[in-house]
Amino acid sequence: MKDVIIIGAGVAGCAAAREISRYNADILVLEKEEDVCCGTSKANSAIVHAGFDAAAGSLMAELNVQGSRMMPALAKELDFAYDPCGSLVVCLSDADRPALQKLYENGVANGVEGLRIIERDELLAMEPNISDEAVAALWAPTGGIVCPFGLTFAFAENAAKNGAQFQFDTCVTGLEKIDGGWRVHTDKGDLDARSVVNAAGVHADELHNMVSDDTMTIIPRRGDYFLLDHSAGGHVKHTVFQLPGKYGKGVLVTPTVHGNLLVGPTATDIDDKENTATTAAELDEVRQKSGLAVKNIPLRQTITSFSGLRAHEVHHEFIIRESAPAFVDCAGIESPGLSASPAIGQKVAGIVADILHLEKDPAFDGTRKGILDPKTLPLAERAELVRRQPAYGQILCRCESVTEGEILDAIRRTPGARSLDGVKRRTRAGMGRCQSGFCSPRVMEILARELGKPIESITKSGGASRIIVGIDKDSL
Amino acid sequence: MEQRELTCIGCPLGCPLTVTLENGAVQSVQGNTCPRGDAYARKEVTAPTRIVTSTVRVTGGTLPAVSVKTAGDIPKGKIFDCVRALKDIAVPAPVSIGQVIVPDIAGTGVAIVATKNIDKV
Amino acid sequence: MKNADLVILGGGPAGLAAALAARQAGVQDILILERDAELGGILNQCIHNGFGLHTFKEELTGPEYAARFADKVKAQGIPYKLNTMVMDLSADKVVTAMNRTDGLFQVQAKAVVLAMGCRERPRGALNIPGTRPAGIFTAGTAQRLVNMEGYLPGRRVVILGSGDIGLIMARRMTLEGAKVLCVAELMPYSGGLKRNIVQCLNDFDIPLKLSHTVVDIEGKERVTGVTIAEVKNGKPVPGTEEHFACDTLLLSCGLLPENELSRTAGVALSPITGGPQVDESLQTSIPGVFAAGNVLHVHDLVDYVSEEASAAGTSAAAYILHGAAAAGRALPVVAQNGVRYTVPVTVHPQAAETLTLRMRVDNVYKGKALAVYAGETCLWRRKRPVMAPGEMETVVLKADALAKIPADAANLTVTLEEV
Repeated sequence: MKDVIIIGAGVAGCAAAREISRYNADILVLEKEEDVCCGTSKANSAIVHAGFDAAAGSLMAELNVQGSRMMPALAKELDFAYDPCGSLVVCLSDADRPALQKLYENGVANGVEGLRIIERDELLAMEPNISDEAVAALWAPTGGIVCPFGLTFAFAENAAKNGAQFQFDTCVTGLEKIDGGWRVHTDKGDLDARSVVNAAGVHADELHNMVSDDTMTIIPRRGDYFLLDHSAGGHVKHTVFQLPGKYGKGVLVTPTVHGNLLVGPTATDIDDKENTATTAAELDEVRQKSGLAVKNIPLRQTITSFSGLRAHEVHHEFIIRESAPAFVDCAGIESPGLSASPAIGQKVAGIVADILHLEKDPAFDGTRKGILDPKTLPLAERAELVRRQPAYGQILCRCESVTEGEILDAIRRTPGARSLDGVKRRTRAGMGRCQSGFCSPRVMEILARELGKPIESITKSGGASRIIVGIDKDSL
Repeated sequence: MEQRELTCIGCPLGCPLTVTLENGAVQSVQGNTCPRGDAYARKEVTAPTRIVTSTVRVTGGTLPAVSVKTAGDIPKGKIFDCVRALKDIAVPAPVSIGQVIVPDIAGTGVAIVATKNIDKV
Repeated sequence: MKNADLVILGGGPAGLAAALAARQAGVQDILILERDAELGGILNQCIHNGFGLHTFKEELTGPEYAARFADKVKAQGIPYKLNTMVMDLSADKVVTAMNRTDGLFQVQAKAVVLAMGCRERPRGALNIPGTRPAGIFTAGTAQRLVNMEGYLPGRRVVILGSGDIGLIMARRMTLEGAKVLCVAELMPYSGGLKRNIVQCLNDFDIPLKLSHTVVDIEGKERVTGVTIAEVKNGKPVPGTEEHFACDTLLLSCGLLPENELSRTAGVALSPITGGPQVDESLQTSIPGVFAAGNVLHVHDLVDYVSEEASAAGTSAAAYILHGAAAAGRALPVVAQNGVRYTVPVTVHPQAAETLTLRMRVDNVYKGKALAVYAGETCLWRRKRPVMAPGEMETVVLKADALAKIPADAANLTVTLEEV
């Protein structure tokens, strides 16, 4: 019997796994997809929210501000990409100033440091491409941006380093109360645990409702985004939100930690929890709204569009509590869930440790080294690296300059990449302007070689997502 | 009397050609702008031919396949017979450009030759 | 740091032709840097025939055409490095590159020829809505898998884009056992050659749907279907949707010159072609840096790439051996009235014996004349039965035409006009 089964290997589940791994506990993370970071965590705004937005007094506000404060130190400890670039909420009309003031006051009440309302001149100096309509903005210097994949992988790898196990391609189908814990029914058989953490994202309500009469409802709220090429990455220097007002609710425009520009999202409540298809109407909406707060966005330099689902709990609040004996919900983790994830992990771990009376593990090692990016090395050091490990001399992804060395590292880690998307999210190979056209055949070869599988079995993202369906003439 | 409609491939103009046949013999070609259209149409309706390019598997090479072509035109109707006949062929590396892979493909009397050099691993 | 007279970035058809021409002109110290595992570039995956009619007076396949040049380069002992990625080109012509065997190295070049080629426009840049499953390939990626590695990337295929690569891949997939359901083309005309429409689509009864685009992609893990619809005034027409159950969508929606290195070096780029702005010697805005082939502008025939690159190699040799030429007066070349762009964008009429202008038109034009003016003076004029965006037009201004340029001419204009 495991001590803890965590259902869901998104950022919340992985953060919880990492924090629980501080204790002497036998941890298993179950994930229905083939890798960590395959749901909401992979497709979002990649923002570390300062914490001015969530309603004062809510758990969401508390954990957001905490998480955002933890992020700089955590980024060093776990070696993921994070940039405290600061954020701006732009007010486009004098009529909307009261709302700006209200947002400021909410932020102050939440304990967000350094908030200030700035006037147009100062705003323009900070963001030369700001809309001509902008009159003022809320400046939040503690806001930032993060690589959502990097953060999730960091939590997962550090949890694994400290003994947590991961089991992928495993879908939970039922939960049964047994003596001293829970029997978790899955499509791969039953697993028993003394406690269960429900970090199942958009599916968290289904699990919760299996064990509790107090019904929970999670609505998948879909948002479409455009990701622009590096050449557009400098269009704004900070995360730019638009204050909802005269022009309705806008979309955000932000640099990413890897130098791209991200624009979006829309917000459409849908029924299908697996439907991450973009739609023409929503992409149009992003296009139209993108220009409200920031002008001249070079949308022609779009390299991809995507959509993600937020796990919107109907009361718009994080639900982190023991909802049934030894069953801990970690649900409703929508924005600012990514920002709050370090604090969410701590809170879940605290609850689980109390339930199971866990002891701290003195051998816990909270550090993790990310995949070495040779681009960050000075030329001489990089040359030395290539001399010692020639795989770092072989560029496979031209657009993002990713070497074979990085890809091998990504595959050989625990949990490691097993698909093209797994490699892409860990190393950025295939993430660039050609969107994997050149590198995918090479990466497939390496995956096949490393995993000891035929190349035909290599997938884009697990399951039936095979890239190659046969060999030439096999059906003739 | 039979009429066949074709698009001339001689130049970007792409003239729509109408060929009139009687008992399989070309009576007239209409719609062409130049003599090339006339010649193309006559050949295309009586004895259309194509160069076929495809791949053949390679064993022990730096790549798992080598590109090949018919060394000359084959009848258009034999295209699929030709590629089907290549299905189960595997050649050992090294392979060099011009190397005959099949001396007579699908009874056409035309050889299949390699169009690429493949080194041994 | 090493030194080299001429460093050529790219070992495809442009790079190889440039190297041979430079060697012929007397440059000994040449280095070709190629990122792939063999010379020849993208030609190695273009296994269909039809290459080389102008250059060799016979029809070759892509790999055969590439081998003719690669063999000459090897025979002449021109040094080249494979599997070598150029990481950076500086404005003072320091090339930083890397491979497994040499590691990270830098070469100070006297002259550089940019010959990096182009890449395909991916799905994201096309903003096609829908899911993002496996089974969506650019035509070129599928071409590499099918033609070089012998792998079939799909069995039931819809192709978006009727440029030549899309058409060629329709035939290739069909011959390897896949069913190509249709080729959809956004424009009211195909960007491909008539010959390819006939021999790649008509031969196999593959429908070509002009003025159509993909409006939805379905499938969570692998593509299960795509929906196409008619397009009017740039918008899909409601009610014209047609669904195809398929496992593959191939995209052949345009090529983009690959100029990231040029950009970091500070080479001025054309907003129309995406390639460097060059003069008649194919020199970019940086003296000693030349460009040719698809990195400069996307060509229709490789023969023209070889021809252009050969000129760039000769120019680079002259720069290395004799220094920057005293070029005299520079005239901008203005493309107008249906001519989308020209290469070069500036000319020095006094420095050249003949001037070659390459260009593309922006639509299908029948029965128009293509003309070159210097001010009011017509230098050159020819009737063209048909001109199409898919075909490059070439104008060669000889000495007699150049002699007509008035001393006070402000520019050359290239234009379409009524006959």
